[in-house]
Amino acid sequence: MSQKVLLNAKEVNIILHRLACQLIEKHNDFTNTVLIGLQPRGIFLADRLAKILTEHYNIKNIKLGYLDITFFRDDFRRSGKPLEANTTKIDFLVEDKNIVFIDDVLYTGRSIRAALTAIQSFGRPNEIELLTLIDRRFSRHLPIQPDYRGRQVDVINNEKVVVNWKSEDNEDSVYLIDK
Amino acid sequence: MSTLSVNHLLGIKQLNKADINLIFETADQFKEVINRPIKKVPSLRDITIANLFFENSTRTKLSFELAEKRLSADVINFSSSQSSVKKGETLIDTVNNILSMKVDMVVMRHPNPGAGVFLSKHVDASIINAGDGAHEHPTQALLDSYSIREKLGSVKGKKVVIVGDILHSRVALSNIFALQLQGAQVMVCGPKTLIPKYIDKLGVKVETNLRKALNWCDVANMLRVQNERMDISYFPSTREYTQQFGVDKPLLDSLDKEIVIMHPGPINRGVEITSDVADSKQAIILNQVENGVAIRMAVIYLLASKIKQ
Repeated sequence: MSQKVLLNAKEVNIILHRLACQLIEKHNDFTNTVLIGLQPRGIFLADRLAKILTEHYNIKNIKLGYLDITFFRDDFRRSGKPLEANTTKIDFLVEDKNIVFIDDVLYTGRSIRAALTAIQSFGRPNEIELLTLIDRRFSRHLPIQPDYRGRQVDVINNEKVVVNWKSEDNEDSVYLIDK
Repeated sequence: MSTLSVNHLLGIKQLNKADINLIFETADQFKEVINRPIKKVPSLRDITIANLFFENSTRTKLSFELAEKRLSADVINFSSSQSSVKKGETLIDTVNNILSMKVDMVVMRHPNPGAGVFLSKHVDASIINAGDGAHEHPTQALLDSYSIREKLGSVKGKKVVIVGDILHSRVALSNIFALQLQGAQVMVCGPKTLIPKYIDKLGVKVETNLRKALNWCDVANMLRVQNERMDISYFPSTREYTQQFGVDKPLLDSLDKEIVIMHPGPINRGVEITSDVADSKQAIILNQVENGVAIRMAVIYLLASKIKQ
């Protein structure tokens, strides 16, 4: 198994600040905007972005939620993946809000499709955008593209992109790993 | 990857501790789902479930049906009183006819113990036992344990007394297995005539004095007196039963601690418990009903994931 560093800690940090600035450009003080991290791994990126927006750019009262899409996936009984659901934590209404979905890697787009269905249970948002740290080009199964992307990469199907976070994995990094 | 160790839910006896934990963790997530404005998820939209009730039921049937619909399964209902069973059709023929309609899962209540086990050996569908005679009622036991866990933080180390008609109760047997598997101590309490002869072999304490039992326990699970199953007179009168084994507010208040009151329903108000106890803060009877849907969604979801495409 070989692995290649796609992003190191410094690059991840620069990208996170750039993404935060892009969000501010569009959403100003975030009064009508909510950030939704997608379970399981998108929540770490969402946490970091919320932290940067609060601490470095002085945005107050950011609404941050976690959305689990397990029960909305279209591969129930089709894949050998674990069945366990994660926690959904959205303690605010999304009716008429501008939502930013946040996930670490955009691959086939099926998770995002599931998330679009799942969020309907919480109301009818005004608009939904997508932010991903890594956009795997040429691998989409559905017509879904990010509005904000950290890095676009070309990855063949037997390679995997692994995103590590300091809070969870002791380092900020992105690796390309041969499966 | 965590999955259930079984393909059918026939009884608690067949489950292990990891299965129960997985069911509870999944139910936690479904509980969140059923408290959303839109309470439905699309997971089971390609699954058909038959609810076969060969015996009367209100809340279990409604709870299963709601759980199935909230998972987006297609549901067909059958009750024996309006069916060809009355014309002499056998259980296996009835079920095979229903399965020919491409049913993936069967939820069955039957008056005979072991009906679910029998069926699981003869048909391909996944079977959930919704009560088989006086044998087991696994989803009720799971939701009872889940409700105790929710109220008291954990089941392990807790003392639970099951009060009433133990002899005719499938809830009691499933509860004993489920609670012991999770590390709780269990006592049964009731008239001697309604306590099975060798129940102490299951490792439960036996008590015929209700006050002593309540003083010992953290949780009292009050069972219904099943008059419909009693072929002989097991106690002199309902009034006497209530005086000996009914729980009222003065009795609860006279204990030097607060205990949790449970009841699987339907309640005979004024017999097992008085109305002021049933409606008190100590009672978690309505929580049990709400948790029943979440637990049944979890069980159906986890079993459905094992059904081959």
